[in-house]
Amino acid sequence: MHELAIAESVVDAVTRKLPGARITQVHLEIGTLSGVVADSIRFCFDLATEGTGLEGATLEITQPPAQCRCRACGTEFLPDWPIVLCPCGSADVAVLGGEELRILSVQVA
Amino acid sequence: MCATCGCAGDELAGHLHDDGTWHEHGAHQHGDGPHAHGKTVTLAEKVLARNDALAGENRDWLRERDILAVNLMSSPGAGKTTLLERTAAELAGELVIGVIEGDQETALDADRMRAAGCRVVQINTGTGCHLDAVMVRDALAKLDPPGGSVVVIENVGNLVCPALFDLGEAHRVVLASVTEGADKPVKYPHMFRSAGLVLVTKTDLLPYLDFDLARCTADLGTISPGATVLPVSARAGDGIGAWYDWLRERIPVRAQG
Repeated sequence: MHELAIAESVVDAVTRKLPGARITQVHLEIGTLSGVVADSIRFCFDLATEGTGLEGATLEITQPPAQCRCRACGTEFLPDWPIVLCPCGSADVAVLGGEELRILSVQVA
Repeated sequence: MCATCGCAGDELAGHLHDDGTWHEHGAHQHGDGPHAHGKTVTLAEKVLARNDALAGENRDWLRERDILAVNLMSSPGAGKTTLLERTAAELAGELVIGVIEGDQETALDADRMRAAGCRVVQINTGTGCHLDAVMVRDALAKLDPPGGSVVVIENVGNLVCPALFDLGEAHRVVLASVTEGADKPVKYPHMFRSAGLVLVTKTDLLPYLDFDLARCTADLGTISPGATVLPVSARAGDGIGAWYDWLRERIPVRAQG
């Protein structure tokens, strides 16, 4: 359950950026390849925000899909995770999207 | 409501507090950063930015001292400590190996590594499922490894959570034991994708299992194309020399003087 640590990191990062602010909404970007389960973040968000400036804030999560480009043939494709294979058969692949784990924005009261 | 003073700050033009101070609403400064009331503030910050920054500091600290740091990860019972015990015993006199042990509870692994002749710092994470860069920074300060040595960070036994947390290591080594089944890399791709070296351990048990080593190696080739794969038995010694060579080749060359 590293999602609790992730939720705590969100609280920590927002509190450092906006000390003393009361936050009413947090918008996160959690890519499908990030290794973080959005539902688990939702589950522990209230626990992590309790007693902080983020307590009671709503949580919005955007989930960018996995996007890859083959280094051998240049094709861009959506991988059939976890086997990140280009349709041409090459495994030499660059991940362009889906690994995001970011705080996009917050709403301040 | 105004978040800073707690007043009902609906007056956009600002208002006078009871103590006589004027409070401006709208965009203004609080603490060390600007924020606006009732507004969206764009942060666009990585959630793990702080951990990553501290991991970067750990990496610099290690590099300045020519210390090779390896983050050793696997599921519980894959043989991390057994591999380290043998490594420490057989490379004693050649390499100075310090160990940072991560476990939820007990100092059992630390005791084993101390008995094998290593300097050890034990981290008990309690309910935590992984080590992070802060824990490793504090552990490095306690361990105080000599320049030119090797520090092995034995992460909490877990194939999921530790994959996300950079500790400042130079290399990630992931163990998969043959008793766990050949499909482990496919089932836990995040962990294996981040590995520079995968050690397939307990190969002395292969005659008693249906483990398909070729399939496991082929899967690793697609999930983690950049990783080296070495089959090894820390008990029987098969393949152990290749692991030692991998380690030796990555020790920083020390600057003279």
